[in-house]
Amino acid sequence: MIHFIQRQRYLMDYSLAAMARRPGKQAGLLAVYTAIVFLLASVMLYTQSLRREAALLLAGAPEIVLQRLIAGRQDLIPVDYVARIGRIRGVSRVRGRLWGYFYDPAVRANYTLIVPPDREIEPGTIEIGPGIARTRGLAPGDILGLRSARGEPTAFRVAALLPTESELVATDLMLVSERDFRAFFDFPAERFTDIVLSVRNPREVRNVARKLSLRLPDTRVVLREEILRTYDALFSWRQGLVFVLLAGAVLAFVIFAWDRASGLSGEERREIGILKAIGWETGDVLRMKLWEGAILSLSAFLLGYLAAYVHVFLLSAALFEPVLKGWAVLYPAFNPVPFVDGLQVATLFFFTVFPYMVATMVPVWRAAVMDPDAVMRS
Amino acid sequence: MRRSDLFLSAMGVGSVLLLLSALDAGVRARDAAADLAFRAGLVSALGLTDLALFTEARYTRHPSLADLASPFQDHPMALEHFPSGSIVPPRSPLR
Repeated sequence: MIHFIQRQRYLMDYSLAAMARRPGKQAGLLAVYTAIVFLLASVMLYTQSLRREAALLLAGAPEIVLQRLIAGRQDLIPVDYVARIGRIRGVSRVRGRLWGYFYDPAVRANYTLIVPPDREIEPGTIEIGPGIARTRGLAPGDILGLRSARGEPTAFRVAALLPTESELVATDLMLVSERDFRAFFDFPAERFTDIVLSVRNPREVRNVARKLSLRLPDTRVVLREEILRTYDALFSWRQGLVFVLLAGAVLAFVIFAWDRASGLSGEERREIGILKAIGWETGDVLRMKLWEGAILSLSAFLLGYLAAYVHVFLLSAALFEPVLKGWAVLYPAFNPVPFVDGLQVATLFFFTVFPYMVATMVPVWRAAVMDPDAVMRS
Repeated sequence: MRRSDLFLSAMGVGSVLLLLSALDAGVRARDAAADLAFRAGLVSALGLTDLALFTEARYTRHPSLADLASPFQDHPMALEHFPSGSIVPPRSPLR
């Protein structure tokens, strides 16, 4: 055993010395490799965190949302639909929601106005999300002037700011009273935006949804299960956000590994020829080159992963911000909660370290099994 | 000092940092539990359905409630207006 370890140490010494003879090339390879691991790991850590957080937060979303459709488009739902839903077995609560969007031309941002169901907001006042406060430079006590749907200037006094911890779900929220909401949007008195239902037994939700579709055929039912699936799909690697971010990185890695697999430089072939000529066995050459690949890929993995961790959890994934922000003015300033999945890290290790090592071994093996003279002359 | 000693020491330091990052993740997740509970409470209290990640268009602000035709609201073959519209997939219906 000691002999084996000593032998590997000598091979490692030789590999490191050989790499040190080409410092520029090795540094370049390490930089590219590290950058690819960094990007892959950043996407993985970021989306895993958001996926877990979305699942935890949206577990409290309404069990059923009922929207009215007219000619395939969502419309305001009449108040009497609450009564028409009537007493469906299993439904514990039915209530209409008032919410909508407002485009503020002063800062070119979209706000989401909501009438909170759990408390009364004093008419003439609003509570705003941290994103609106930041963008408009507002503090409690300030006045925010907006133009209503009738074109009249309307002044709201900022009663409170929603805490910064709420950024991810409330950065663009503006909580208003029902009276202000209806007056501001010129919202019909006999209408809600949509209706939400609570169901006592989770296993009854689909049955309730089926009954709703039969009783109110001009409506669309959105289940919490669908909301959770939507966010699961948004952060899954097969589509959407992750696919866009990942596709470039994976392609770069494939090109990189392919380049290594496609052949050796003349210098490397000569080196293998000389080693064989002075008595190295094919196995030794392969082991030495395997160490070379392992040194590079392990270093790149550790550097890339640690840099990605710092980027995502300490620097709030600053590099992804332009991708996520798009044209939006309001963007939540938040630090993702680190939900690191060990299996995902192991998968990343496997798929970034082993393909490279295998890719480097193929041309080395081809050169190592040839006659030393032929290798040096080729 | 042998080159292999230097390399193995560097790998050792890297591995320790990797373990520390896992430890740090655990500590941060524990510290964030109260904030997470606050956000979850807000979602339940206000009946929110979506994260405020993409605020530029209504179908990216609330993808779970969006009309499936909304990105093409101008006409059936309309091009997508908003950058985030291309990375937010439509609502995932139950089968």
